[in-house]
Order: sequence, then structure tokens, then C-alpha cells
Amino acid sequence: MKALKTGKKLSSRENNLNAYVFLAPYLLLFLVFILIPIAMAIMLSVTNFNTLEFPDFVGLMNYVNLVTQDEIFMQYVLPNTITYALIVGPGGYILSFLVAWALSQLPKVPRTILALVFYSPSITSGVAMNVLWRILFSGDQAGYINAWLIRLGIITEPVQWLTDKRYLLTIMIIVALWSSMGVGFLAILAGILNQDETLYEAAAIDGVKNRFQEVIYITIPAMKPQMLFAAVMSIVNTFQNGMIGVQLSGANPTPGYAGQLVVNHIEDYGFIRYEMGYASAVSVVLLLTVYVFSRVSKRLFSEREY
Amino acid sequence: MARYRKNYINPKRFDRSQIKIMLILLPLALFMLLPIVFIFCHAFKPMDELFAYPPRFFVIRPTLDNFYKLFRTTSTSAIPIGRYVFNTFLVTLTTVTGSVFISTLAAFALSKLRFKGKVTLMEINNAALMFVPVSVMIPRYLIINALGLIDTYFALILPLMAMPVCLFLIKQFTDQVPDSLIEAAYIEGAGDFTVYRRIILPLIKPAVATGAILSFQQVWGDVMSSSYYISNETLRTLPFYMNTLTGAGNVIAGQGMAAAAGLVMFVPNLALFVILQSNVMNTMAHSGLK
Repeated sequence: MKALKTGKKLSSRENNLNAYVFLAPYLLLFLVFILIPIAMAIMLSVTNFNTLEFPDFVGLMNYVNLVTQDEIFMQYVLPNTITYALIVGPGGYILSFLVAWALSQLPKVPRTILALVFYSPSITSGVAMNVLWRILFSGDQAGYINAWLIRLGIITEPVQWLTDKRYLLTIMIIVALWSSMGVGFLAILAGILNQDETLYEAAAIDGVKNRFQEVIYITIPAMKPQMLFAAVMSIVNTFQNGMIGVQLSGANPTPGYAGQLVVNHIEDYGFIRYEMGYASAVSVVLLLTVYVFSRVSKRLFSEREY
Repeated sequence: MARYRKNYINPKRFDRSQIKIMLILLPLALFMLLPIVFIFCHAFKPMDELFAYPPRFFVIRPTLDNFYKLFRTTSTSAIPIGRYVFNTFLVTLTTVTGSVFISTLAAFALSKLRFKGKVTLMEINNAALMFVPVSVMIPRYLIINALGLIDTYFALILPLMAMPVCLFLIKQFTDQVPDSLIEAAYIEGAGDFTVYRRIILPLIKPAVATGAILSFQQVWGDVMSSSYYISNETLRTLPFYMNTLTGAGNVIAGQGMAAAAGLVMFVPNLALFVILQSNVMNTMAHSGLK
């Protein structure tokens, strides 16, 4: 309705050609660096391409190989990615919501300071992050975690945290959760703070008694759009951060493939082995995964009429 | 009427009921903060404290040695650090300005102008929020190669300029600029570009600030572009150089230096966010995705 009214008055021309001028720079870059790469990934994924010779068409061969031949993918990459994504995605998301909700119950000054504290890990850029965690988890006895654990008598020998395949994935998950409160967290916080107070008043009259009920029946339903935005951001960040295994252990492939995620697998095949066709097939799988997860969250948060 | 006390959200002042929330939040906040405090301490530690055993968390005698060393090391390497700093500033400034500029232009059109294909375009952009750049690093590399951008500043700038999130947030914010204001301007005879520059831009400053921060965060710490698209050492950026400092085999030798480097990368990010945080929160209030 609003759009209709706008349209009639804002511009006498039905089809404002200026709009395309305004859009052109963004669209051009969007096309070249986002849409075409996606299309190319899909095309390359059905070819065999070693970057030197012209790609030759192999049909769904790469996908078939991925599922049937690629033992590393099946044995390590897939389980790692699923574990990592299932903990970091929903975990980081739920944590963001709980922290944002708790923060919303505080007055402005402490809230702002604490929000900054929670947001700041997500802006320690990759470099700072891997400097920091590599020093903390350093494998000799002078490494901080090792030294503390030895002093507390929990371990006697220093542990090779980052090169031991038993620990790498766990540490990756901790680091990823630590830095998971980014834009989505801010969106949720803003969403909670901007809710209409009368909703809560009405709910109290209708018999909502405690804060838990408030959250379930009012807070979440009233801010579904923000929850969805945060969910999408959380899914993208989870997969985007996939490089941390390589950053922490300093090697691709990671020791014993313990921290190998889909992103590292793409890099391994694409830039180390130059099997671009195969790597593209893995990219397409990754894109699809992100898309499917986002659709699921859209289902969860779509505003349906009851 | 049921006894209704004001809801607990956004209280004006301190209340005893907040104590239990503080008790839960503070330990968690401490955990989030520890690594950052550690980076600060580590960067200012003198040699003997860096290698003290047992290792100490806090710095006792702070010194600027690590920073001096960081800048001196580069004088022995072929490329002076000034070059990396210059590259980073150039690339960051151009990318941030560029991405905010093209996003505001596009947001204005998508929000306030009428044209064919508008709904479809917005939907495509919303779908692109799910876009994971690392997943298409190979096609991107091939495109940058085909365009002849390898080993140019453009390879560091252009791919990061189109940010679906940036456009989305700015567009959502622009939606709440009252149409009557714009109508009045059109009646006065203003053209589309005048409306954009004189009315829209001043009113969407918070969203511009937010877009700038998000773009800054993305480009400031970007290591990937430098390592994939650039082979000419003189064009690489600071984060790439910092990464080589902390790379395999260099962990012990450069610990203090690495922490100093990490701090150099972190502080501008933090400062920018602190300065602009109220704008960000203001923008995020309109971040709903349907």
C-alpha cells in the first residue's frame, strides 16, 4: 500500500530510468564478483580443469567422485564440517540471543560497555586472532595453557594443542564461538531494545507471568525479522570462518585432517593441487549447504498468519 | 487490572533485579575480554617477560620495544613497512568510500524510485546475503586473472566493494525516510540526484557509518586478496605482512612482534566501532529481514 502511494507521487514517470543509473555501479560489481563467480563455479564443477588446458566436460563426475571416491572428504572434511557448523552455528546464535537479551535488561551505560566487550572478539581480524590463540595454545611447556595446566597439576607433559588431531577441532570451535557475536548479535540487541512496550503490558494482562514466558511469547515473535537476519549472518559467518583450522595449525592440510573443513578442502584442491573443476564442485556443495540452512531458518522465522 | 510493573527491557536506572543478570554476564564478559587483554599485555612485554617461565599474563614493565622491532625488522627486508602501511591505507580508504557510495546510490533507487525489476533486484540482493565469498575463490581468481587485474590495486579493491549486507542495511534504513519529504523536494523541482545528495544522504548518516564500519572490518584484515591476487611484494598489504611474521616457524622468534602487529590491526577497528557504535545500533534496529 505504501509502495503504491509512493509510486504515484514520487515520480511522475512510471519507469524511472534514473534508477538504473543509480544502480549501475553496484550492479556491475555485484555481477562481476558475485553472480558470475557463482555461475562459473557451477559450470566449472562439471569439468576437469587444471588451469592450463581448456576445461573438458565430464558431467557429474566430480560430484560422483566427491561422494564415492574422496575418502578424505567423507572421513574427515564432512564430519568435521558438520560438527563444527552444528556447534558454532546454533551455539553462537543462541549465545548471541541470550547475551543480547540479558544486556537489554541493563541501563544504557553498562549495557553499551558490555555490548562492546562481547562484540570486540568478532572484530579482532584474522591476523590478531591467530597470533593470539597460537601463543596461548603454544605446544611447548611455556605455552600459556600448558603452563597453567601443569601448575594446576592437571597435566604433567605439555600438550601439542594445535598439532594434535585430538584437540584441534575443539579449539577451533572455542575460538569460533568466542568470535561469533558479530553483526547478528547487534541486530538482535537492537531488535529487543526497540520493541513496543505496550505489547508487554498487554501480555501481562493476558497472564504472562515471568520473563521466560515474555521471551517465548513476545520477544521472539515480535522480532522475527531481526532473528532471521541474525540467523543468516550467523550461518554465513560460520562457514566464512572456515580458515581458522589452517590459521591455528599453520598448515593446509591440517594435521591428520583434524581441522579440515570444506573451505580448506576447496583451497587444497584449487590452489595447491590445481584441480579447479573438482574444487569448484566442492564450492557448489558449500554454496548449496549455506542456502539450504538459510532456507530452513527462513521457514522458522517467516511471519505466518495463524 | 493485573499488577503490571514496567517491562524489564531498557531500564532507566539501576534496580536490584539487575544484580543476578550482572552476575551471569560478568564472568562471560571476562572470558571474552581475556584474549584481548592478553594481546595488549603481550605487545608491551620486554624480552625477558615474553620468555619468562612460568609465563605471566599481565605485563609488569611495559616497553615499546616490540613496536620498534616490528618497524626495524622491515628495514632489513626488501620492502619497508611504510610501503605496506601505504598500500593498506590506500586500499582501505578506496574500498570503504567506494562500497558506501555505490551502496547508498543503489539503496536510494531500491527504496525510493520506481522502476521495472525493482522487487526482483531486492530479492536477488537478499539472497546474496547468504553469499560466502570463500566458496567462490577459484572463479573469482579466474575472473580477476581474465580482467588483467592480477598484481594491481584493483584486485585488492574491486572484489570487496559490492557488499550485499551493506546495501541491505542502508536500504532498510532509507525506507524510513518519510516520503513526504522527498515529494516536497520533487515539487520544488529537484531532480533525482539532488534528492539523493541533499535529502537522503544527510538523513541516512547512521546507516552510512554502519556500512563504512562493516566494509572497513572486511578490508582492513583481509589477507586472502593479497595472497591470491598479488605476487608483486610491493603491492601487498599490512595484514599479509603481519601474517608472514606469524607464519609457521616464526612463532617464537616474533611473539612480541606478532602481538604488537596484532594490536596495530585491532585498535583502529575497535576505535572506529566505539566512536560510531550508536549509529550502528540505530541502523541495526532496521535490520529486519523478511
